[in-house]
Amino acid sequence: MKSYNEVFEKLKRNNEGALITFTVIGDPNYKTSLEIIKKIVDAGADILELGLPFSDPIADGPTIQAADVRALNNGMNTDKVFEFIKEIRNYTDIPIGLLSYFNLVYQRGIEKFYKDAKNAGVNGILIADMPIEESNKIITEAKNNKIETVFMISPLTNNYRIKRIAENATGFVYVVSRLGVTGAKSSLEKSILSLIKRIRHFTNNPLCVGFGVSKPEHVKSVIKAGSDGAIVGSAIVDLIAKNINSKDKMLSKIYYYVKGMKEATQLMNRK
Amino acid sequence: MKSLGKFGDFGGIFVPETLMPALEQLERSFLKLKYDEKFSSDLNGLLRKYAGRPTPLSFCENLSKEFGCKIYLKREDLLHTGAHKINNAIGQALLAKRIGKKRLIAETGAGQHGVAVATAGARLNFKTDVYMGAKDIERQKLNVLRMKLLGANVIPVESGSKTLKDAINEALRDWTGSIKDTHYLLGSVLGPHPYPTMIKFFQSVIGKETKKQILEAEGKLPDLIVACVGGGSNAIGIFNEFIKDKSIKLAGVEAGGSGIESGKHASRFSDKKLGRCGVVHGTKTYVLQDKYGQIHNTYSVAAGLDYCAVGPEHSFLRQIKRVEYYYATDKEAVEAFKILSRQEGIIPALESAHAVAYALKIAKTMKRDGIIVINLSGRGDKDLDQIEEIL
Repeated sequence: MKSYNEVFEKLKRNNEGALITFTVIGDPNYKTSLEIIKKIVDAGADILELGLPFSDPIADGPTIQAADVRALNNGMNTDKVFEFIKEIRNYTDIPIGLLSYFNLVYQRGIEKFYKDAKNAGVNGILIADMPIEESNKIITEAKNNKIETVFMISPLTNNYRIKRIAENATGFVYVVSRLGVTGAKSSLEKSILSLIKRIRHFTNNPLCVGFGVSKPEHVKSVIKAGSDGAIVGSAIVDLIAKNINSKDKMLSKIYYYVKGMKEATQLMNRK
Repeated sequence: MKSLGKFGDFGGIFVPETLMPALEQLERSFLKLKYDEKFSSDLNGLLRKYAGRPTPLSFCENLSKEFGCKIYLKREDLLHTGAHKINNAIGQALLAKRIGKKRLIAETGAGQHGVAVATAGARLNFKTDVYMGAKDIERQKLNVLRMKLLGANVIPVESGSKTLKDAINEALRDWTGSIKDTHYLLGSVLGPHPYPTMIKFFQSVIGKETKKQILEAEGKLPDLIVACVGGGSNAIGIFNEFIKDKSIKLAGVEAGGSGIESGKHASRFSDKKLGRCGVVHGTKTYVLQDKYGQIHNTYSVAAGLDYCAVGPEHSFLRQIKRVEYYYATDKEAVEAFKILSRQEGIIPALESAHAVAYALKIAKTMKRDGIIVINLSGRGDKDLDQIEEIL
C-alpha cells in the first residue's frame, strides 16, 4: 500500500499532478460501486477519495446528495463500508482516503472508527463538518493509527486559520474552489492562483483542488496554478446517475472520463 | 472563534471550513453589539413599537378553577406575526444590518419563522429567501402566501424528507456560497455556535418579562414553568431567567406524535432507542438517529416541533437535571388545543398546545395556591386547516 507522500513525490518527479476521484461508497449499490471503483483505478486515478453516505450531507450539492440516497436506500452502512474498503484494498495499492460526516464517526466511537479504517487499509480521513477547532480527538486517533488527517481550506479562510490548519493537516490539504457551479474559468484561475500562493506560504504539504473540477481544462488550470492534484467527484457521480439503467455504458463512460482527466494532469510545464 | 459555545459537552461548531469565516464574523459582531447602547435601543424600539412587546401574562380564570391551581399564560401568541419567532428574527436582522449584509436566508417548517424573517426583511429592507420543504409548502399554504406578500422568495426543497431538516440543509448550502453578502437567520437555539447563544439572548426577553409580571400579580415566583420544545427557543427564552431559581420546576415538552413506541414522533429525549447524543446541523446534542448515525425522519402534528434534534443547551440542562423533559402525543395536544380554545377563548398554536397538555396533566396534582406559567409560544390561526381535518 502506497502512502500519499510516495504518490505525490513520484508524480512530482514525473512532472505530473495527482488525479483524485471521489465516489460515494455503495452508489448505486454495493456490487456496482465496487466495479465502478475498480474501473476508476484501471483508468489511472492516483488516489481514491471515498465518501460514506450520510442522510444529511450539508457540504454536498444535489449530485452527491442523490448518490448518498441511492447508497443508503440500497442498504449501505458503516459496517459494510469497511468490508467494501477491504475489497478495494485487495484490488489496488493506491492511497484510499475516506470522506465522512462526523456523526457517522461519532456513533461508531471515534477510536473504533479509526481502528476499523486502519484495518481496512485506509490512508487518510477527512471529516467534512469538522473544523480545526473541534478536531483534537480525531487528530490523536489518527496519529495512534497512523492515518493522515486531511483538512479543507476555502478561499475565505484567513491566514491565521490557514496556518493553524496547515500545521495539523497531513497527507494533503484539500483546497476548496468555487468553480463548476457557474463555470467562470477566468475568475477561477485568478482566485485559485492567489489562494494556492497564500497556502504555500504556510506549508509544504501537497495541495489538491476540489469542488467543481469537471473538465480536463479545469484539471490543467488548477495544476498550472501550482496545486499538486485535482479532485473530481460530482462529474463521475453524474455519470453514474445518468447511466443508472445501463451498467456497461456507465462503466465504460466512467473509464474514459477518468482516463481523460488523468491525461490532463500529465505532460505539463508546471513552471 | 472566541468560544466554541459549549454547554458541558454539548453544542460546539461542526461545520465545513467554508462556513467558519461567516461564523467568526457573526460571533464577533454579536459580542460587540450585545451590550451596544444604540443596538439595544434600536432593538427595544422595534420590539415595543413594531412587534408588540411586552406581551401580557394572562391569568386563566376558568382553567384555574377547574384544575385546582393558578394557571398563567405568557402570551407570545399576541406578538406581531403570531409567535415568539419575531423576537429572534428582528434581533438577527438588525445585527445583519449592522454587519452590512444585504440578503437574509432562512429555513422554515410550519412557516412561522419564515413569516417572521420575511417580516423583518421587509421592515429592514433585505432581500429575503426562505427555504421550505416541498411537503411543508403543501400543508402550510397560508404561510407561504404570507411570506410572498411580505416580499420574500419561498424556495421549495425537494431533497430528503422534504421537511424542515432538509430546508436547513439547503439553507446551509446556500450560505456556504453566499456568506459575503448574506446572513443566515436560523430560527431556533440550534446549529453551530454562536446561534444557540445568540438566539437565547434574543429570546430571553420572554422570561425577563414573565418574572416581573408574575411578581406583580402574585408577589412570588411560580412553582412550575412549562414550554414546548422543538429546537427549543421559546423554552430557553422563558427558562433562562429562572435557571438560578432552583425551587422552580422547569418542564420542556416534546412532540410525542403517534406515541414513542410507534417511532413516529419527535421526542429526542424520551425515545431510548433512537434518541442519542449525536452531531447534526453543526451542533452536538440529542438526535433521533439509527445505530449508524443516519438521521431518523420525525413526525408530529405540529410542524414546528417536527425536527430531529433538540437545542444543545436543552441536552445540557437535562443532563444537569435542571430541566425535566416530557412529551405530549398528537392526541393530547389536540385535546389541549380544544380545551384552551373553549375555556379561555384562546386558540393556541398546535406546538404550544403540547405545553398546555402537559401543564393540565400536572395541574391536577398541584396545591390550590400552586402557580403554573405556560409559555404560549404562538397562536393557532395557521393550524385551522389541519384542525378541521382532524375534527
